Amino acid sequence: MATTTATPGSSAYERSWVLDWLTTVDHKKIGVLYIANSFLFFFFAGLLALVIRSELAVPGLQFVDESTFNQSFTMHGTLMIFLFIVPIFSGFANYVVPLMIGAPDMAFPRINALSFWMLPLGGGLIIAGYLVGGAAAGGWTGYNPLTQERFSPGDGTDLWIMGLAVVGTASILGSVNFLTTIFKMRAPGMTLFRMPIFVWTVLVTQALILLATPVITAALIALFIDRNYGGSFFDPSVGGDPILWQHLFWFFGHPEVYIVILPALGVVSEILPVFSRKPLFGYAAFVWATIGIGLLSFSVWAHHMFTTGVVFLPFFTFMTALIAIPTGVKFFNWLATLWRGSLVFTSAMLFALGIVSMFLIGGISGVMLASAPVDFHLQDTYFVVAHLHYVFFGGAAMGVFASAYYWFPKMSGKLLNETLGRIHFALLFIGFNMTFFVQHMLGIQGMPRRIADYAPDAGWTEMNLISTAGAFLIAVSMVPFVINVVTSLMNGRKAGDDPWEGNTLEWATTSPPPTYNFDSLPPIRSERPVFDLRHRDEVPHP
Amino acid sequence: MSAQAPVRREGGFPIPLVGMLLFISSEVMFFGGLFAAYFNARASFEGEWGPPPGAPELEILPIALPITLILLTSSLTMHLGVRAISRGNSSRLRLWLVVTLGLGILFLIGQAYDYTQIGFGISDGVFGTVFYTLTGFHGAHVFGGVVGLTILTARAGAGQFSARNHVAVEAVSYYWHFVDVVWIALFTTLYFLR
Repeated sequence: MATTTATPGSSAYERSWVLDWLTTVDHKKIGVLYIANSFLFFFFAGLLALVIRSELAVPGLQFVDESTFNQSFTMHGTLMIFLFIVPIFSGFANYVVPLMIGAPDMAFPRINALSFWMLPLGGGLIIAGYLVGGAAAGGWTGYNPLTQERFSPGDGTDLWIMGLAVVGTASILGSVNFLTTIFKMRAPGMTLFRMPIFVWTVLVTQALILLATPVITAALIALFIDRNYGGSFFDPSVGGDPILWQHLFWFFGHPEVYIVILPALGVVSEILPVFSRKPLFGYAAFVWATIGIGLLSFSVWAHHMFTTGVVFLPFFTFMTALIAIPTGVKFFNWLATLWRGSLVFTSAMLFALGIVSMFLIGGISGVMLASAPVDFHLQDTYFVVAHLHYVFFGGAAMGVFASAYYWFPKMSGKLLNETLGRIHFALLFIGFNMTFFVQHMLGIQGMPRRIADYAPDAGWTEMNLISTAGAFLIAVSMVPFVINVVTSLMNGRKAGDDPWEGNTLEWATTSPPPTYNFDSLPPIRSERPVFDLRHRDEVPHP
Repeated sequence: MSAQAPVRREGGFPIPLVGMLLFISSEVMFFGGLFAAYFNARASFEGEWGPPPGAPELEILPIALPITLILLTSSLTMHLGVRAISRGNSSRLRLWLVVTLGLGILFLIGQAYDYTQIGFGISDGVFGTVFYTLTGFHGAHVFGGVVGLTILTARAGAGQFSARNHVAVEAVSYYWHFVDVVWIALFTTLYFLR
């Protein structure tokens, strides 16, 4: 049924395999590079998480000193957010967005390669801090004056600033590329409101990257000037203002949350319809909800700053609570899609359902934190850590694995083993909830985040032990995943063009697709062109 | 421009210009962040806002106003260049590109000279910090534009542009006008509104 018959041909001229990957401008290969690079940083940042949890398993300092602990949580947060969760969705989007809109490649293939190769450079700069006497240790939020020369001496913080500026520039170039591709490269018939939901979420995500990232670049430059050239942006003794950093950081930082989560929500909205054998309920409502979240995300940043005492609490509480409405619309879309569908519980579907349930918890704790009086109690406690991990891990990282199980057959031409996939999901789901659910209670009882130790008589020991055990269970859950990927690549069953009976155009070409993606495209008359093609001879219901 | 054009439906607004406009919108947010830093500092500053005590007051003469006029003129000459090439006049394009490039370099020289005359440094209080950061990053963007203009001039010299194919000229002209607009905002803010 595929309209593309060709297999991937050889490139225009002979190159060695290594040189081919190093110099490629093919959006699919660049997508795979993004994904591989992101998993590398995921592995390293995951080890740092185990360092943090090991130290907190029982009271007292057992494994690392405070300085190493501070570096660990700073690098864990920075790498997980800027070098794993954001770029890995750029990777999946790089691979599938041109396919989904029926384009032969991205709009600017060479800029695409540039924005990928800046990532290992930026990540390398950030990690290089370990080689010059200690990595950055001021938290991934880099608050002032903690990150000033006086309190964070050494080159680690400067390397952190430079690395983040490089990564930010890379993502800005990437967003220019994605937006131009989506606006200008759609196949005939692919109107905006026939685009797959994933493309819509990428569109909004990349718009947020385009407009939010430059602001943190400005803030990072200001911090760099303060640290190295005697500037006084954040120094109150000569007229500067440390709160300015928080404004600029969170003006980027809150859209960043949606940069992280929206692609995952898009993946869910691709997977649920396919494995419910139904169209997505309320396509247009979902699109408008996504746009609404994107717009609102620029008006809520100061809810991270309630306890500074300089922001107007009712406004930011109200705007934050407003975001619950479009988010609620999405949950309604998903549940109504599942309702009376013929559900197929593949690994991808399990992870998608995992996101629906875990992101719900993260969303609800988010509304709790949006309420200023509650936030005053919970600021900088483990409740915040629990909340952000239910969004970033339970939502976005689960979305990474859902994407991996869903698109691996397209990318490799091989099927993943479903049994190993279910084991991966079960271990990860249990481990994740063990790790982070108890942190809600720890936070309400007042356990502060970013502290290497706690009192033995505080009553927090059991819950911390459970949390640490859960973290190691998450680590163990990666073993079946890695085995699955490696063995399937070597001798997995052939996937065929369309193993899931998908809806969107990436399933209308070969697996993996040829360099030019499509010989010809099926007619595009709805947001499910491949479904239409598969059922073109059926008589509609009377 | 690469030889193969894989785009099948090239209609409407050209792809490179869409990319340039999106890039400029991110630049707007970048300068927005720096301007936010400026106004935040100004709003919370106690005492006389301006150059640090002991330093001379900022004056628009003899440098700031002339280089402003130079940059404004260069936007006009850039536009004349785009107009020339869209009518197929490539020798006129080369002329206007060289003039624009010269004016851009003149602006940078003028600003560098201004820095030597101004009497305070980046580490002299918060006004010094925001002054040099804002004007410095604007200058860096002018430098970027000068690099772009140099490439354009070389390509125009090689006869690569025609009435139908001059999208690179237009893209750089968008960027150049943007840099000009940022300077107008900066000049007004630093020298008049304050």
